[in-house]
Amino acid sequence: MRRTTFAAVSCVLVLTTGCGAADMTRQASPFANAQGAKSVTLSVQSWVGAQSDVAVAQYLLEHELGYRVDTVQVDEVPAWDALSQGRVDAILEDWGHPDQEKRYVDDKKTIARAGGLGVTGHIGWFVPTYLVKQHPDITDWKNLNKYASLFRTAESGGKGQLLDGSPSYVTNDKALVRNLKLDYQVVFAGSEAAQITQIKQFAKEKKPFLTYWYEPQWLFKKVPMTEVKLPAYKEGCDADAAKVACAYPHTPLQKYLNADFARSGGRAAAFLKKFRWTTEDQDQVSLMIAEQKLSPEEAAKKWVDAHPDVWKRWLS
Amino acid sequence: MATISVPSPRRLTLPASQAVRKLLVLAVVAVVLVPLANARWASAAWPHGLTVDLSKPLASASDWVIDNRDTHPLFLYFFGYISDAVVLTVRAVYLTLLAAGWPGVTVLAAAVAHRVAGARLAAGTAVAFLACGALGMWVPTMQTLALMVVAVLASVAVGLVLGLGGGLSGRLHRALRPVLDTMQVLPAFAYLLPVVLVFGIGVPAAVLATVVYAAPPMARLTALGLRGADPEVLEAVESLGATPRQRLLTARIPLARKELLLGLNQTIMMALSMAVIASVIGAGGLGDRVYQALASVDVGAALAAGIPIVLLAVVLDRITAAAGERGDSRRPAAGLAYALGATLAVALAARLLGRLDWPASWTLNFAEPVNRAVDWMTAHLYSGVPVIGGTADWAGHFTTWVLDPLRDGLQWLPWWSVLLIVGALAWLIGTWRTALTAVLAMAAIGVLGVWEPSLDTLSQVLAAVAVTLVLGFATGVAAARSDRVERALRPVLDVFQTMPQFVYLIPVVALFGVGRAPAVAAAVVYALPAVVRITAQGLRQVDPAALESARSLGATGRQQLTQVQLPLARPALLLAVNQGVVLVLAVVIIGGLVGGGALGYDVAFGLAQGDLATGLVAGAAIVCLGLMLDRVTQPTERRAGKGA
Repeated sequence: MRRTTFAAVSCVLVLTTGCGAADMTRQASPFANAQGAKSVTLSVQSWVGAQSDVAVAQYLLEHELGYRVDTVQVDEVPAWDALSQGRVDAILEDWGHPDQEKRYVDDKKTIARAGGLGVTGHIGWFVPTYLVKQHPDITDWKNLNKYASLFRTAESGGKGQLLDGSPSYVTNDKALVRNLKLDYQVVFAGSEAAQITQIKQFAKEKKPFLTYWYEPQWLFKKVPMTEVKLPAYKEGCDADAAKVACAYPHTPLQKYLNADFARSGGRAAAFLKKFRWTTEDQDQVSLMIAEQKLSPEEAAKKWVDAHPDVWKRWLS
Repeated sequence: MATISVPSPRRLTLPASQAVRKLLVLAVVAVVLVPLANARWASAAWPHGLTVDLSKPLASASDWVIDNRDTHPLFLYFFGYISDAVVLTVRAVYLTLLAAGWPGVTVLAAAVAHRVAGARLAAGTAVAFLACGALGMWVPTMQTLALMVVAVLASVAVGLVLGLGGGLSGRLHRALRPVLDTMQVLPAFAYLLPVVLVFGIGVPAAVLATVVYAAPPMARLTALGLRGADPEVLEAVESLGATPRQRLLTARIPLARKELLLGLNQTIMMALSMAVIASVIGAGGLGDRVYQALASVDVGAALAAGIPIVLLAVVLDRITAAAGERGDSRRPAAGLAYALGATLAVALAARLLGRLDWPASWTLNFAEPVNRAVDWMTAHLYSGVPVIGGTADWAGHFTTWVLDPLRDGLQWLPWWSVLLIVGALAWLIGTWRTALTAVLAMAAIGVLGVWEPSLDTLSQVLAAVAVTLVLGFATGVAAARSDRVERALRPVLDVFQTMPQFVYLIPVVALFGVGRAPAVAAAVVYALPAVVRITAQGLRQVDPAALESARSLGATGRQQLTQVQLPLARPALLLAVNQGVVLVLAVVIIGGLVGGGALGYDVAFGLAQGDLATGLVAGAAIVCLGLMLDRVTQPTERRAGKGA
């Protein structure tokens, strides 16, 4: 029945628009540039750190440069696709997607690199610090099997539970559990929101838990956690996804712009290229959004008012 | 919410002998085939030799689309136009709405409501729109409204064309009906991936996914209305010498007015329920606000964006329902002109006063108290409640004592016995055709190679349906027996039924932890209203004469219920089971986002990673599962009759 729709619609279209090519890969959002305002569309990823980047960039674009900013929440890989098509103009925090980078930046040249964000990301396995005080040797992966029974839940059956997050995040955990022969079951929370909610509930009762987590993250300020040492990361040890048996790397987070936007985006594009801050800056904003429940805009305003020296550089 | 017409009670019980005969036939088939199958492929899970691995071809198809999307003529001259048309029309509607400003839009909506349904609804409509603004959601509401207008118009156009075809040609009707029936039971989450692959993330994909979801009810009801026209009237018109065209325009379509408007009503409801799900693929607007708020575990903000959706849904539902009930068909031209005039005047006035945008100081901070309430609830209910234990303990027990045994039991059953059970259930309640469809759907799941996760999902569905039915029948009986209970329940049911499913997800995690238990809980909350409503409606429609005679024979209230009302309302109860199953499946799938795992997680994974192989296969399996569950719970009587 979709075909009928298509046929009907396309007949009408051919009649009304004549017969030119319609390249839908160069097409902006219908909500962009409404009422003659210059507008920028930013992709917000689902984690709060990325929301902070976007909130501050949005605040400055709107109040200092006079743009109208739309934000769209898209998962990481689809966001690359949307960026290459110009449905969004910028991704401000990318955790490393070599496949997409090769396809869109090097081969198709529809996406342009826009430098680093200034923040370094690191993924790992974490246990709450209160647990480390009771069992100091728990922070080595070799001892994890000894403590598996502590981490048992209804979902993990007879094994220990390793809590994982959103399906969109980079993870090798299933392979790691298998290759390191750990007596654990990976339980996918399905979204970061669900994972955070669960971690907070565990922490409130001081229960033991083992979770996939990453830095920088505001939750460390609320629930102090200590990383479990996995076998050290070496260049290329994670090349084969099925055979990974080493820790996650430290990734300098990157910004990317749509290639056309990077060329002709005017002051907005120049500003986004210069946008670069530190982990502490980002954490301040994230904590205001997620813990004090300020709206991203209010949080961004507070940070902007307090740190003019930082952002003045981005506008020059 | 959507009106579900319950078929009038008819005798549905099969003669016992017929059921026994069917089972005997099935037993003979089983005796012949099972040893064969068992000798060749003896295993509990679906035999590996009977699966087809689709991951390679799907991966290469996905690569081909991405590489050729900006060069291949199919995309440039076909999909590209569709995409452009959607973007242009949505933009046009959006700019019009913005140009009218909040005073103009509110006045227009109220004027239309007044024209169609009277002063009370007009006031309600105006309040609803102002509330959207007061919640700080004016611009997202307009984005969603623009998208809805386009999606609903397209759905209605498609539905009308298909429905006209089905209504005028018997053959087309027979061909279309099973397709439409099936489309209506599919969880929307399963559609998204293929649409995204072709159109990319964004509004065109969202609109098309919505049209696919919302057009079937329009088509069904159009066909139903045209076929249901009184033959005597048609004959009279024919005897007056009308041409077929005149007959259609002057008799059949006007006679089908009620069904057409009911179709419009259902289409709008389906489209709105899709607004939030479509935000996963970049629809923007209110759905996106809900989605973003949930990412930072902000239930209050999610609710602030969810309430405008509920308000829009309730207002549109009441307006279209009122239009359907109004018997006469006065020409609305004059009223429309006056509505447009008033709108224009207000919009111009607003423009001159510079008041087009919703003033920022008029917004309420609504999120904070809600979040405090949610925090209090989770802090006090999660665990450590004396005697009954906290909700986390319940969830743990439910997982260990209900979900785990159910899942393990299903996965332990040999694959052929699952097929046999499905076949037997479907045949007992339906015909050999429905049984065959159900068995083939189940077998297709095995062939796709997702047998185990599908049974996992199935176990969650079964557990959730059981809980829903127990609660739903109990509440439904209470509502049917007391007007006061029904009046008190009505607004609650309205809200729960239209609230976007996503809003439920975070509170249930806070209460039940991560895992399958919260997925089941969310599914129960979502499916309960429909079950309660159909049960109550069915019980109330029981022939009063039958009740009266039971009473005169001295039956007590309980005896009246168990021996007269419930047996007579059996078709309605079966319909409630069917609807319950369909709704539960839809939410169990979304439960993949809160640790439900299984097929729901696979679909979410496919969408998140752009992994067509995982996502599409899981989506297809969900489709098969939905088809199977529908056929197993759908009495034949419903398809033959004029029900929902």
